[in-house]
Amino acid sequence: MEKTENMNMFRKYVTLRRHEAGVAWKKAKARKMCYLFLAPYAILFTMFYVFPVVASIYYSFTYYNILEPPRFIGLSNYISLILEDDIFLIGIKNTFMIAIITGPLGYILSFLFAWLINELPRWVRSVAVIVFYAPSIAGNCYVIFSVFFRGDAYGYVNAFLMNIGLIDKPILWLINPDYMLPICMLVILWMSLGTGFLSFVAGLQGVDRSQFEAGYMDGVKNRWQELWYITLPNMKPMLMFGAVMSITQAFGVCDVTMALCGYPSTDYAARTIVTHLFDYGFSRFEMGYACAIATILFLIMILCNKAIQSLLRRVGT
Amino acid sequence: MAKKQKKQVEEKPYKKPLIKKRKPNRSIAGDFFLYLFLVIVAFIMAFPIIYAVSSALKPLDELFKFPPRIFAQHPTLDNFSDLFVTMGKSWVTFSRYLFNTVFITFVGTFGHLIIASMGAFVLAKYEFPGNAAFFKLVTVAMMFTGYVTQIPNYLILNKLGWIDTYWSIIIPAFASPMGLFLMKQFMEGLPTSLIEAAKIDGANEWRVFYQIVMPNVKPAWMTLIIFSVQALWNNKASTYIYSEERKTLVYALQQIQAGGIARTGQGAAVLVVVMVVPILIFVFSESQILETMASSGLKD
Repeated sequence: MEKTENMNMFRKYVTLRRHEAGVAWKKAKARKMCYLFLAPYAILFTMFYVFPVVASIYYSFTYYNILEPPRFIGLSNYISLILEDDIFLIGIKNTFMIAIITGPLGYILSFLFAWLINELPRWVRSVAVIVFYAPSIAGNCYVIFSVFFRGDAYGYVNAFLMNIGLIDKPILWLINPDYMLPICMLVILWMSLGTGFLSFVAGLQGVDRSQFEAGYMDGVKNRWQELWYITLPNMKPMLMFGAVMSITQAFGVCDVTMALCGYPSTDYAARTIVTHLFDYGFSRFEMGYACAIATILFLIMILCNKAIQSLLRRVGT
Repeated sequence: MAKKQKKQVEEKPYKKPLIKKRKPNRSIAGDFFLYLFLVIVAFIMAFPIIYAVSSALKPLDELFKFPPRIFAQHPTLDNFSDLFVTMGKSWVTFSRYLFNTVFITFVGTFGHLIIASMGAFVLAKYEFPGNAAFFKLVTVAMMFTGYVTQIPNYLILNKLGWIDTYWSIIIPAFASPMGLFLMKQFMEGLPTSLIEAAKIDGANEWRVFYQIVMPNVKPAWMTLIIFSVQALWNNKASTYIYSEERKTLVYALQQIQAGGIARTGQGAAVLVVVMVVPILIFVFSESQILETMASSGLKD
């Protein structure tokens, strides 16, 4: 008895689904034009963004060096990454250190400055936006920091510290592993007012003014209360977008460390996940191993994004 | 809340200008310190860029002066002309690197703008099966960097035979998820009646796209252009391109800097050439870019 009921349910479900699929197909046929418009982008996007992720996961289970066809070796890439590869662990540690410090800090700074310049007169604000945003689009301008932090007494930071008597001999800022990461973080923070910052500036301009006026009537006492009760809840979509940008940037760090500390750096002290990926992918051509690194990086980024988004959903509630 | 406020404004309409002039819940001391702080930070942010520009303008004897001066006392353009003179004799000339970068940036940005706008247009303005799912996929793609896909991309480009050609940089740039995302969000703000009116007049989708929609989303063009230019202009391109004569400006910059202390001035000059283009585009299109970014929010 129950079985026939189940069967009926199942049949109903199938016919319903089939009907839905039929409707969808009809709709799709009527909208042929839409698919034609989307096709160029969709094809390229699949080819260079979706498929590579899938391929990367597939190759991560193989030994592949381009010359021979890939050979399936199960999980051993991952096992040797985590258990045997000490340099990878340094990379993970460095990447997380950089991400945990520069990610949230850069995000908060982006919002803070966007918010502070929001009430400036129009032209001052546009100049301020240019000044703050310029470092992140200035290309390789960060290499100028290697002049400031040069290891000999002619490096400006060394010269300055020696002049005021804090140190008596020059510090090898970019060669001594103790100083590498902090300097890289400084440079990354300098560049961190990027796309998220623009989004915040634009979003703050769009907050409805009447809400603030209503706030004065309801006794919002100072700018901080106004920020928490009125501005932040209004900014939620931009905050989400900015978070995505910050996280992606924070975990993908490699350009700055490679340019400032060298590649490879002394004792691998400035190695990150991405530089490790380059090392195995493009210097040693161990594509399977490199793909395992890429897959781990992919998982870290996606999981972190999901976690932060569910956190941000609670802002102002 | 809103009702209450409305009532009060009706009773005492003269209070409104006071509120507009200066927000009543701000302390003067707070304002003063915050703006002082802003000025200091702005100076720190701008300093490396100012320093780079001034070193590019310094003649050789001033570059190594100690203690250093921030501004050049006798600014010259020697470093820039040196780029063409000294590197003009080398096997791959500086102008060649410049051409490579300009070509990659121009073609890549143009294609990206067209292809992403076409996709964004139908995603924003039409209902069709797969619409939402595809857009969701694009937003997920924004959550990881290009480094994740670099190795399979290399294999794909290798299969296509595009390794060591400009296309290995240009074609993947067409599909950058950020451009589609921003364009779609911005197009959603476009009134649907505009499109319907055009349709009643007998225009097909293609005409609606390039005669009605595209002219109306000009601010978003600039935004796509700045992000694409920034990515391509600063592209080192050293993983997909081997031949020296197809390498880019940023790569040349690294070579010059590796040339040691004697090339300091030229290095600074290339640095200025590299950074000036994205910054100038941004300066001239700031208001349009901010207009687009206002709709950049990620809704769920």
